[in-house]
Amino acid sequence: MPFACIYVPNFPVAAALRAEPELQARALAIVEGKPPLEKILAVNEEAVRLGIAPGMTKAQAELCSEIALRPRSALQESAAHAALLDCAQSFSPCVEDAACDTALLDLAGMESLFGSLPEISRAISNLATTLGLAINVAIASNPDAAMLAARGLCGAGTPFDKLRAGFARVTVIPAGKEAEQLGPLPVEVLFANPHAEDDQKKAAASLLETLDRWGIRNLRALAALPEIALSERLGQEGLRLQQLARGGASRTLIPVEAPLVFEEAVELEHPIVLLEPLAFLLNRLLEQLCARLGSRALATQELRLTLELENFSLRNQPSKISNHQFVRTLRLPQPMLDAKVFLKLLQLDLNAHPPGAPIVKIHLAAEPARQRSAQGGLFLPPSPEPEKLELTLARIASMVGENNVGAVELLDTHHPEGFRMRRFLSEAPRKNEREKASDLAVEKSAVTALRRLRPPLRVQVTLERSQPVRVVCAKKKEVQGEVLWKAGPWRASGDWWEREAWSRDEWDLALQNGEAVSFCRLVHDLLGGGWFVEGTYD
Amino acid sequence: MSSAVVSTSAAFGRPFIFDSKAVPEVSLPSEPAEGQGRPPQRVRPAGLASADPRLAHITPASRLDIRPAPEMVSSGVPAIDALTGGLPRGCLTEICGPASSGRTTLLLAALAAATRRGEFCVVVDASDALDPYSAAAAGVDLDRLLWVRCSESSPQKECSPRGHRDTEKNSLKNQIQSQSKNQENRLEQFLRATDLLLESGGFGLIVLDLGDIPPLAARRIPLTTWFRFRRAIEHTPTALLAIEQHAIAGSCSSLLLHLGSADDQMLRTEQTAAERQKNAAHGPSTSLRVNSSRGSPVVENQKATEGRKKICRVEQSVIDFPFVAPTHAQLLTGLDITAELIRSRLDRKPARSVMFATKTAWAG
Repeated sequence: MPFACIYVPNFPVAAALRAEPELQARALAIVEGKPPLEKILAVNEEAVRLGIAPGMTKAQAELCSEIALRPRSALQESAAHAALLDCAQSFSPCVEDAACDTALLDLAGMESLFGSLPEISRAISNLATTLGLAINVAIASNPDAAMLAARGLCGAGTPFDKLRAGFARVTVIPAGKEAEQLGPLPVEVLFANPHAEDDQKKAAASLLETLDRWGIRNLRALAALPEIALSERLGQEGLRLQQLARGGASRTLIPVEAPLVFEEAVELEHPIVLLEPLAFLLNRLLEQLCARLGSRALATQELRLTLELENFSLRNQPSKISNHQFVRTLRLPQPMLDAKVFLKLLQLDLNAHPPGAPIVKIHLAAEPARQRSAQGGLFLPPSPEPEKLELTLARIASMVGENNVGAVELLDTHHPEGFRMRRFLSEAPRKNEREKASDLAVEKSAVTALRRLRPPLRVQVTLERSQPVRVVCAKKKEVQGEVLWKAGPWRASGDWWEREAWSRDEWDLALQNGEAVSFCRLVHDLLGGGWFVEGTYD
Repeated sequence: MSSAVVSTSAAFGRPFIFDSKAVPEVSLPSEPAEGQGRPPQRVRPAGLASADPRLAHITPASRLDIRPAPEMVSSGVPAIDALTGGLPRGCLTEICGPASSGRTTLLLAALAAATRRGEFCVVVDASDALDPYSAAAAGVDLDRLLWVRCSESSPQKECSPRGHRDTEKNSLKNQIQSQSKNQENRLEQFLRATDLLLESGGFGLIVLDLGDIPPLAARRIPLTTWFRFRRAIEHTPTALLAIEQHAIAGSCSSLLLHLGSADDQMLRTEQTAAERQKNAAHGPSTSLRVNSSRGSPVVENQKATEGRKKICRVEQSVIDFPFVAPTHAQLLTGLDITAELIRSRLDRKPARSVMFATKTAWAG
């Protein structure tokens, strides 16, 4: 039964590089601690070349002008850990969260889905690269051997020497050859547990010192020791370590159900003022989110952008939730998974609602949803693509206003403008056969339409026996003239229980202005006392 | 050169085929050089390219691909369908006419027909004039209709006529300036929104409503814009329909319809105002009589012509019984609209017209 181990070497650095890939070529050091007692926690290869090592103080590291110092970010590390689990979950349902930088997965039966074991390991490596992680993958017949192999590719203490020595990042250990393959690894890999407590670390240091005194440098030497003699000197712990070194330990995985939390964040060294650099960072976060969602075969219907602001002093901003945060929520009509579309929508939204203060931290969360499924057809009527349509509507909304584009929903009222705008969906509910039949039975006779004048035009009306006989309008000549024909009045009122009460008399008029005849609806506002032309029949 | 070839073929009644075997010799009119005259050259068509390298890239018209006729869809009005064959997909159709000529009626009928087919439609409303209740009454499926309202003011302020008293206090000059600025803004929004929607694609019918935009302002839209619109929908299943007061798209439109009231001519020929009033066109096709026992009007359906003759009677009834008045539906039914086919690139037939009547589907 094959098991795979995915290991992220130098995890704090990897988490920072995932958030800022442009630092790949630079010397990078992760700083931890409270000022002024900050110390270097982890460094990358370039920093090692410059002489920077973990444990140095920040002041010492700052003497090197080329190094980039980044504070350790729990949010970035949790996002990287979540991405690691997403990567593992996309290949096997049985995944053990061994450590923040290590995931074990059971590959039993997966060969029929993903191909041979080398193909699976390469696919895992490629997916992790897409998710922004540089990982080691090892496949062995038991989980511990796989974990040792994965960690051994980048052994504790001397990571970069090992890599330069030509170790592959992807390793498949055939069954029965665990001891042979694991033999060259240093004994330090047996104690490379980042979650070890202080007592365990002290015990591990003591054991390492003992083994070093014995001249045991690698796993092959440890595996060759006589068991009884080792047991007499180191006890059960010694036997356990020897079993691990031989690759013969066996245990069952403890599977975890990774929570569907898709969040990415980036903390900025210098605050951002312009939207263009913000879009650059948003693009990176969105690509990571979309890659993670895609690895779980999910999409999103809601994006929540939280910007932490510097010197927050906004006025009349309804979307703020605290004194230092600016939140925008992007709700989509359908689940989507296109980083470019999301970026454009966020850009348009931020253009319309700018944050108003420099940004020091960006947090982006996606609410997962099932990907939409649709059955196309050759003979179905055309319909707009949801992604394109959403982008188009957002662009139009930025021009004409959010309330001026969309579908119409009629309200249950007699108010002449009793409707409201709602979001336009490209997937209207399908009609059943009965509705289709009723549509076909609709009489094919045109219906006289009203063209509304928004706002209604105030006019001067001459009355005779309380009937309009002449209409004068300075703004629009088409709706003035002698009344040729009239019908009305029809009295309507409503909302008298509210402040927006309305009461009116409506007339239908045929007006003659020169040779032209026009038909219009005249309204007498009984509460305000004015006469208005509300629209023309056309 | 080409005219000479065509005239030769036409004279002999042959098809115009540039084929070296079918037409052995043609005469190329030579351009006399300055200072010396040369007789016309007689060359074989196969040697046209060799004779003049500028002709090498010319493809004979007979070998060009024949452009397939566009698919026609129903306009929602049988009379219009009979006149034009419907609305062409992938083409621009213009419907022009003055106010109260039936443009919006035809527009809503086309929208209703498109949504009945299950297509998604757009109305780009340059003057924010669409009445959703009229659309619903015409049978438009509002779930499938995207409405883009090119307007500056918010809908909440527009609802109440009383909300515009302050604007009345402004000076006339300021009003005119703001109106022209608003029109420019609306037209700019209109053009940009149309570009975006055409680029997005997927709609069965896109309606550009310029019905209330003054002709002078509408003519400011460059012809290249209309050409761009036409090119954007070419070879797509989208029908583009423009409503305006006068035709402004020029040769970019494949179909041009002019609407007018059926009784305009009659009104012009009438001499006296009294007779005009008597024959007030677009009158109801129903006459009313008051049911004395219940005090409510009863409708008798009659022909439209009879209805017009009885217009005075109807009006009298309304005046006499203002609070038992007939509904909009009864009085506005029977508006006759004349549609005149001005130009069609799809069907080369002489200009002709057709008449159809409308009804009112709502009650007052």
